[in-house]
Amino acid sequence: MSTADPGRVVWESGLEIKPVYGPEDLAESGGDTGIGVPGEYPFTRGIHPLMYRSRPFTMRQYSGFGTAAETHERFLFLIEQGNTGLNVAFDLPTQCGLDSDDPMAEGEIGRVGMAVDTLADMEEAFADIPLNEITVSLTINGAAVPIMAMYFAMARKRGYDLATLRGNAQNDILKEFVGRGTWIFPVEESIKLVGDTIEFCARNAPRYSPVSVCGYHIRESGATPVQEMAYGLAIARAYLERSLERGLDANKVARGLTFNFDLFGNMWEQVCKFRAGRRLWARILKERYGVTDPKAMQMRMIAGGGGGGLTIEQPENNIVRGAYYALASALSGTQTMALCSYDEAYTIPTEHAAKISLRTMQLLIHEVGLADTVDPLAGSYFIETMTNEMEQAMVEVMDRLDAEGGIVPAIAEGRIQAEVSLQAYERERQLESGEFKKVGVNIHREEEEERDVEMHPYREEEARAQQKRLAEVKASRDSEAVSRALAAVGEAARRGDNVMPAVIDAVEIYATVGEVCGALREVYGSYREPIRF
Amino acid sequence: MTAAPNPPNPPIKALIAKPGLDGHDVGAKIICRALMDAGMEVIYTGLRCSPEEIAHIARDEDPQVIGLSVLSGAHLPLGAKVVEELHRRGVDDVLLMAGGNIPAEDHEAMREMGFKGVFPTGTPLDTIVDFIRKEVAR
Repeated sequence: MSTADPGRVVWESGLEIKPVYGPEDLAESGGDTGIGVPGEYPFTRGIHPLMYRSRPFTMRQYSGFGTAAETHERFLFLIEQGNTGLNVAFDLPTQCGLDSDDPMAEGEIGRVGMAVDTLADMEEAFADIPLNEITVSLTINGAAVPIMAMYFAMARKRGYDLATLRGNAQNDILKEFVGRGTWIFPVEESIKLVGDTIEFCARNAPRYSPVSVCGYHIRESGATPVQEMAYGLAIARAYLERSLERGLDANKVARGLTFNFDLFGNMWEQVCKFRAGRRLWARILKERYGVTDPKAMQMRMIAGGGGGGLTIEQPENNIVRGAYYALASALSGTQTMALCSYDEAYTIPTEHAAKISLRTMQLLIHEVGLADTVDPLAGSYFIETMTNEMEQAMVEVMDRLDAEGGIVPAIAEGRIQAEVSLQAYERERQLESGEFKKVGVNIHREEEEERDVEMHPYREEEARAQQKRLAEVKASRDSEAVSRALAAVGEAARRGDNVMPAVIDAVEIYATVGEVCGALREVYGSYREPIRF
Repeated sequence: MTAAPNPPNPPIKALIAKPGLDGHDVGAKIICRALMDAGMEVIYTGLRCSPEEIAHIARDEDPQVIGLSVLSGAHLPLGAKVVEELHRRGVDDVLLMAGGNIPAEDHEAMREMGFKGVFPTGTPLDTIVDFIRKEVAR
């Protein structure tokens, strides 16, 4: 998807590409000293010495819709199919911290994911699933505190030691203000809550990753690949710095941070983005924060085909795009791969489409040879030169951000949002003018083609069943104990304490997501979106 | 390829709103910019606006156009709710549009509800700009 200025090739991030690369280009870009060895600092070539030779990437599909019972069935199906990790989608009311009986939830209950009101829903969804064998990724941000608390409460009830749990919560609230939009509390208070989860996990669930920093949604909102990585790293730094202020050890905190990146567009630009970003993160941790544990300097990431590259036009082309994205992802040394399904541009993925995505990832390992050797592109004059140049470009973006006061005010004031939304607009115009090529959209288009989106029909009876279930749980719990527990959550928030222990106590006796968020909102207030163009 | 400059003033006033809980605002913001580039005055509500709030803003700001952006699939219940709240406040003389993930089978239902323009994802920006100019000039 390079800009097609005749005679010039320019990547989306603005870097110009030469027709041929040689040793002199590599030398000029900073040389080959940053390439290093796989599994060693600065991890340009990957975080493990043998990468996929010792263990292929984890294959993970986003899933979960409707009720906890249906989600549970889907999980069992995915595990049987060979998935080793589960990605959990929640419905919008859950993500926004609202219960199914809230008037704002009307029409959205169970629509884009699983509805969770109380621990009872969580218990049903994960029944019989071995929590110490499967890695579970909770796609939850604004409401991460009650949802993570429910996950831990459930694990504890089932007799698991929290220290044995592996998995992660997305829990990257700063990117929610830029894209995706499931914020609840004001910016500073939101970061404080992320800090609470980091601290809780560092002390109680050290193998569980409390935050997955998402360049992904920033990119989907209009950022270039360089901005995606630079803003993602700046956000990770913000969480790290807040945790250090609490007296936590940088080594421990850094080990709990994982990353989630997007992948579409020019394949080489993506590969160089990941190699450069991995190296830059290791350098930042070592040089700026004094991290000494090599494991803590490793950027562990999920990288898969992003929805931004898929088209509603000629949707079968998305199967091909997905295969190239998966290829680029494997060449980039990702730990976990997730692919958008070919039908995702117009519907919630069908089982058929999800299976094609899974098979795409599997055949890379078994047929195409992506696991044969580590970082096969290393040493290419082109790849190494551009890895250097991409890293330099990321450093420039981060330096500019630091000079302007850092990522937190840039997001709180809506500056990042304005920047990326302007880029999204300009790209849309370029797409319409044909300057920015997209097969099936503005070239090789088939005019007679009918384009349409399909949505799962809203299931009114399921929504009512969820509300009924909530009413039953509320009727059968010890409501006085719940009130006291919720008051304790509010007090912990007022005192500035870590709220996680109080929230776990509350959800354990079936306080709802909405009640916990309500108790926190009383202290913190609500976020008001800065409208800035 | 930007749209032609706005016809003589005063500029058309448009309210772009995100009803419900859906957090996808890339499209809504693109529409805002396209309308601004076409010389219109644009008010953007931001995310998570209730139908009541949208109607309230519409009554206070008196736009000629209201555009709803919904990608979660909840366009039918939300659209109906917004129309009801607008009527309740006597905001009747306004051009209604809706955009986002709206399947073809729902277009007629949206039009019957009063959404004269239904623009699914992928609609060229100038189509929307031209539609507004033509309808507002009527």
